[in-house]
Amino acid sequence: MSEPLITLTGDGLYCPQGAFHIDPWNAAQYAVVTHAHSDHARAGSTQYLGATPGLPLLQSRLGTDANIRVIPYGEVLERNGVRISLHPAGHVLGSAQVRLECRGEVWVVTGDYKLAVDPTCSPFEPVRCHTLITESTFGLPIYRWDSNSDLMSRINSWWQTNKAAGKTSVIYAYSLGKAQRLMASVDSSVGSIFTHGAVENVTRAYRQSGVALPPTYPVNEVAPRTKPWVGGLVIAPPSAASSPWAKKFEPASDAVASGWMQVRGTRRRKAVDRGFAVSDHADWPGLLTVIKESGASRVLATHGFAQVLARYLREQGLDAGVIATRYGDEEEGAELAAEGEG
Amino acid sequence: MKAFADLYADLDETTSSSAKVLAMANYFKVTPPADAAWAVYFLSGRKPKQAVPSKRLRLWARELAGVDEWLFDECYEHVGDIAETIALLLPPAAKESDQPLADWVQNRLLPLRVMEEGLQKVAVTSAWLALNTRQRFVWNKLITGEFRVGVSQLLVVRALSQVTGLSTDVISHRLMGNWEPTPLFYSELMAPDTSDADVSRPYPFFLAHPLEGEPIALGPVEEWQAEWKWDGIRAQIVRRRGESFVWTRGEELVTDRYPELKRLADRLPDGTVLDGEILPWKEGVLPFGDLQKRIGRKTVSKKLLEEIPVVLMTYDLIEIAGADLREQPLSVRRRQLEAVVEQVADSALMLSPRLAFDSWDELIIQRQSSRDRRVEGMMLKRQNAPYRVGRVRGDWWKWKIEPFTVDAVLTAAQPGHGKRSGLYTDYTFGVWDDGKLVTFAKAYSGLTDAEIQQADTFVRANTLERFGPVRTVKPELVFELGFEGIQLSARHKSGIAVRFPRILRWRMDKPPEDADTLEQVKSLLLASKGDPIDVE
Repeated sequence: MSEPLITLTGDGLYCPQGAFHIDPWNAAQYAVVTHAHSDHARAGSTQYLGATPGLPLLQSRLGTDANIRVIPYGEVLERNGVRISLHPAGHVLGSAQVRLECRGEVWVVTGDYKLAVDPTCSPFEPVRCHTLITESTFGLPIYRWDSNSDLMSRINSWWQTNKAAGKTSVIYAYSLGKAQRLMASVDSSVGSIFTHGAVENVTRAYRQSGVALPPTYPVNEVAPRTKPWVGGLVIAPPSAASSPWAKKFEPASDAVASGWMQVRGTRRRKAVDRGFAVSDHADWPGLLTVIKESGASRVLATHGFAQVLARYLREQGLDAGVIATRYGDEEEGAELAAEGEG
Repeated sequence: MKAFADLYADLDETTSSSAKVLAMANYFKVTPPADAAWAVYFLSGRKPKQAVPSKRLRLWARELAGVDEWLFDECYEHVGDIAETIALLLPPAAKESDQPLADWVQNRLLPLRVMEEGLQKVAVTSAWLALNTRQRFVWNKLITGEFRVGVSQLLVVRALSQVTGLSTDVISHRLMGNWEPTPLFYSELMAPDTSDADVSRPYPFFLAHPLEGEPIALGPVEEWQAEWKWDGIRAQIVRRRGESFVWTRGEELVTDRYPELKRLADRLPDGTVLDGEILPWKEGVLPFGDLQKRIGRKTVSKKLLEEIPVVLMTYDLIEIAGADLREQPLSVRRRQLEAVVEQVADSALMLSPRLAFDSWDELIIQRQSSRDRRVEGMMLKRQNAPYRVGRVRGDWWKWKIEPFTVDAVLTAAQPGHGKRSGLYTDYTFGVWDDGKLVTFAKAYSGLTDAEIQQADTFVRANTLERFGPVRTVKPELVFELGFEGIQLSARHKSGIAVRFPRILRWRMDKPPEDADTLEQVKSLLLASKGDPIDVE
């Protein structure tokens, strides 16, 4: 076999023929970026390539003076004989799988992805390849998400119950992606939606990109004395939980929206009133579907339960292994380290 | 089943007592008596015995989910609970059942125990396929006999009281004792007429609060009665309409296990309820370990009866001549209790002596003899207090002696369960013996959440070997362990067994080589006058 199209270097995934990195964790010459989450898009590289819908998010993450080139999904760009194209990953706005082709050999790096319904970004598109580098954050068969409509109707009824009891509903969700998915999916006729500053910044970028979202009211821009949030839904990043900032919403019921909430022990450790297993990552059946539909004969798993997924795939007759990127701690640590993005 | 599983999820996810009470009250308001009776039964901590061994459940679940053993084990290690692992792994329900709870229990759950394995498998797997994930979890907990929900009986009582408008005392009383979860029972439980009281029913126990600090804070010494705090099993003996009942605080009816107490109860005047402590006694109190030999035995051999006889060390009279004495002050109840003990004159009925003292200082001095007397310390009771329901602060205090303490080295850990699943929280400790660490106790509690995180990180970074879920670790961390008693034991490698071991604090200041030795630990045996246990 010829030289592999992608190798792992100290800076991240690297394509030697094309002389570029994918989601490097150190500054690089040329970085192809799958999406704007902080563990994938890092400042300091000389040049960036991303998908068009993600431009405002990449700019706010990497700085307005960063040299970012964007191409529409599906458009091919050639670099040193390597054909690069980006394809929707369904993770967050502008998230992309990276397809590389060189002398008839095709590799795909999925980045983070999900198959679940999300009105704020383009749905995942399967891409055929020979070698697939897939994320495996939730690579255990106990992770099987309920349908988006079930999850949202549970959130709606929690919100309604709180409202009827004169309480504010506070939901903790990652400010880039999960927060917007929630505001676009909950029943906004129940009440008003309030945002933490970090959530509001990203929400503005989503609106700039043309994503339709219900009106939101930044908490720091409303008159606190009138407590306008009573009966409303407050969306805040996980870091705001049990902070003095969150105190002002009392009496409140709080919840966490994260895939890790699937497991009772994690739910209870969070010590919030509710845990909703809403994830922007693929569940176990989702991972298997994507792997199958890619037609790949070789699969490298990364992030989360990579060892488990790889062993399972080997037992199914695939050539599978693990590639140790730094997009989150490997194995057991993942549950604590990755909670923000789950 | 659906409504009950939803209630379970509501109770499970919130930490607020008032939210729990509200959720239960809402459930009881709309639930038919047949289902509500079972709900009360389960929520108040009663549960059916294990109907299916969990080994079988694992196997069937793996078959149904198409998951190999190693993969199941990976999931289990991550989840920390078999019932939940299975619930999450199974394929989605074909069609969710709307069968009511009572149907599920009577027609699906209870028959399981007597089925042969093949039929059991059909029954269990078809049940799984009719339930969603949350319902399966509850079902799995029920059939493995491990059903537990985070509500105390007191909260259940409060919810029922809210629904009926009856006082919590009436509900508590009706919930005690032997009852079957039938619609009839439920309607009696909720009945507005409160002149009931079944013959067998004990009263809700009045429980003491631990006294922190010195008793001087309790005020004038004359207002208080002091007794030893006996280390046995809290119990009530009930004699009514010619029948005798011995109830433990766990609301277990144990009349048949203690023939001595049955004999004594038969001699009580009709309409009498005594409160006290079951103690192993032979010219003095025997170690608690001896009583443990009697606890599990439903039938007792003559030999055991001779070796380890029990008595009731009584300290309160709750009912006399059929009249509820609970509103009477302790001083009045005590006088009448003394009269009953004298009148019955049975060797199995002893009166817990009142300690003589004129100042708190005198009491402090007497308390120092606790360990020699094999008592746990003292009880302080307000003379004019009624007999209250449950753990009410202010009138009854337990003033326990300091526990034994030992500095031990963390040698192994395994992940906890429930709230602590996925975190290494179950620890094994060793003390030095001839330059090696010998295991001497396991402990689960006593650390703060931050310390648990820190210990978890240490365990992951310093693992030596893995045996299933257990990891042995580099012997570096020292903890001060406290325990209540110590005895020789042939069953333990170290040759000793300790009672209620727990972590008192993390000795970050101590290097492992400065931890205690087995010899030092054994020297505590003398202090406790511990007799050998499990020598047979």
